Amino acid sequence: MNTFRTCPVTGLKVHAQADGLIKANAVVATVALLVGGIAAILVLLTRWQVVHLLPANWFYRLLTIHGMTMLIFFILFFEMAILYFASAVLLNSRVATPRLGWASFWLMVVGAVMVEWNMFAGKADVLFTSYVPLKANSWYYLGVILFAVGALLVVCIFFGTLVVAKREKTYTGSVPLVTFGAATAAIIAVITLGHGAAIYIPTYLWSLGLIKSVDAELYRLVWWGLGHSSQQINVAAMVSVWYLLGALTIGSVVLNEKVSRSAFVLYVLFISMASAHHLLVDPGFGPAWKVWNTSYAMYLAVLASMVHGFTVPAGLELGQRLRGLTKGLFEWLRKAPWDDPAFSSMIFSIIIFGFVGGITGVTFGTEQINIIAHNTLRVPGHFHATVVAGTALAFMGLTYYVIPLIFRKQVAFWPLAKIQPYLFAGGMLLFSVAMTFAGTFGVPRRHYDISFSQAPFDVEFSPAVDLVMAITAIGGLLAAVGGGIYILVTVWSVFFGKPLELGGKRV
Amino acid sequence: MHSGIESPPGVWWKPAHRAEKLWVAVAFGWCMVLFAMMPFWHLKGGQNPSGVRHTVDPQAFMARTQEFINSYQVGTEGGIPVVEPPAGSDIYLIGLMWSWRPVLRLQRGAQYTLHLSSLDVNHGFGLLPLNINFQVVPGYDYGLRVTPTEVGDFRIVCNEFCGIGHHLMVGRVIVVDGPAGGAPGAGGTP
Repeated sequence: MNTFRTCPVTGLKVHAQADGLIKANAVVATVALLVGGIAAILVLLTRWQVVHLLPANWFYRLLTIHGMTMLIFFILFFEMAILYFASAVLLNSRVATPRLGWASFWLMVVGAVMVEWNMFAGKADVLFTSYVPLKANSWYYLGVILFAVGALLVVCIFFGTLVVAKREKTYTGSVPLVTFGAATAAIIAVITLGHGAAIYIPTYLWSLGLIKSVDAELYRLVWWGLGHSSQQINVAAMVSVWYLLGALTIGSVVLNEKVSRSAFVLYVLFISMASAHHLLVDPGFGPAWKVWNTSYAMYLAVLASMVHGFTVPAGLELGQRLRGLTKGLFEWLRKAPWDDPAFSSMIFSIIIFGFVGGITGVTFGTEQINIIAHNTLRVPGHFHATVVAGTALAFMGLTYYVIPLIFRKQVAFWPLAKIQPYLFAGGMLLFSVAMTFAGTFGVPRRHYDISFSQAPFDVEFSPAVDLVMAITAIGGLLAAVGGGIYILVTVWSVFFGKPLELGGKRV
Repeated sequence: MHSGIESPPGVWWKPAHRAEKLWVAVAFGWCMVLFAMMPFWHLKGGQNPSGVRHTVDPQAFMARTQEFINSYQVGTEGGIPVVEPPAGSDIYLIGLMWSWRPVLRLQRGAQYTLHLSSLDVNHGFGLLPLNINFQVVPGYDYGLRVTPTEVGDFRIVCNEFCGIGHHLMVGRVIVVDGPAGGAPGAGGTP
């Protein structure tokens, strides 16, 4: 069982079981991306009132499917692959318990299929948040629970692999920064999945009729401990991927381990409070609680992101300068490999996450501004900049390395792959900004018909809304083309691609 | 120097470069400014979402709203009662699949305590075109002190998904010039 190969590019020893588990999780993540992406296009073409494609029931159904499939299944399967990579591969170690790894993988697949089945069958039209007392079929909640248990087991295997690597001395000194960052993501995952268990188990029992009711406000409080904290897993994983891609693409360096690692620790300590900003205009909580919790306890988690926002680009610059690109202020940036999709993905991910996602998010997280942002399109405008243009784009960039390093295939359609991050990032940027503007006019999120054609009273928006909604649609479709190219390139490379011989092409 | 995928050699707890220290200090200072703005604006700002908060039995809230409607009803519109409460009173608004009840006729410059609740699932109170939004949660009475500052015909949309008819849920608030004129207050929801 413990067979290793040596990677010809990085020189890392790769455990055969780690190889297999990474491949399986990455493939399922891509399938989820395809399903969620098709749902995204249909939802987009319905919200764009000019097309208004779907009937109302399928709009809400596909919105539920889009949310669950992207935010939970795509992201988490990909993160499971990252956890195996950051532990076993980067530390030259074996996976602690590969058989349990496969069992958890299948548990997650079974859970995901149960959830998808119920959503498509129309038995769970409750949207991503499934706020009680909206009720889905019990099997839906059970599917979520099984998936979460599987994910929690993978997190445990990650910690186990760290212990194995330490005990078997597969590396010297401390773990690399990327592994450290992945470990913080894993710790946040434990907190998150704990909240998930605390809310989905009672809700499951309620759906079976064993519990009389679940308090609607308590549900919102605990559910967001899952719903928002899971985005913090994404943040920690994404920042780790930034450091990883920096190292792989241009050999960026770590300026100071103390600073970068302390910033990761700040995430663990303070970020779980972030879920409170979802409750700023809720009746259940007082102002002191809201102020303290939504400021992430003095914005110390925001501080962490601001630190990474400095150290990651500075590490890239220093890496380039050490290789002789020292002319002027910007030679290091001008002569960066802009035609390497992994590099361009990383750069766009850093910029859009920080400047669009981060700034909008911190702004809404204040009591007063939340009054004009809550449940408007500003909210999805914000999180598409963080989780799609930020996290998903960084993961896409990483894939261009996973294909040669793990699948040992050449990346197919290289010219298309080169432009993919530009299309995806450009589209997502337009989409997020336009959506945010639409929200400032009060356009509600999660809404089938903002022409209110069948409502008892007419509602009129500013004529500018038509324009920004059209830009939203164009941006979204552009991003969908970028996403489609990504899926084409990865699927083709993995299943029909040319095997990579020693050395291979420069990636 | 080493990269993020290599184990750092030796002891890595070293003092940071001056540029990094400066940035961390600037970032920390900025975070403190943001943090200070939260309580400051809570005390100084014109609109806060705090209000009066209670748990409430949905049936009791329903009964209270019905009593409110019976006392002050002045008409009906599309099957929904229109209510014109006196200035300074407690006013009630129910979110229920898929309508907002009742239609409110308010006076500019008068203060009211607006009680929001739901009888079934979560709803989202979204006042247009002003763009003022609150979460409406079943089992909770959210009492907001409001002073209408503008005369007009406003709409309440639902912006929290509440089932298949979610997008049909639109209510109405009419603000008229009060008999006494009334001085325009500061902000909509102090």
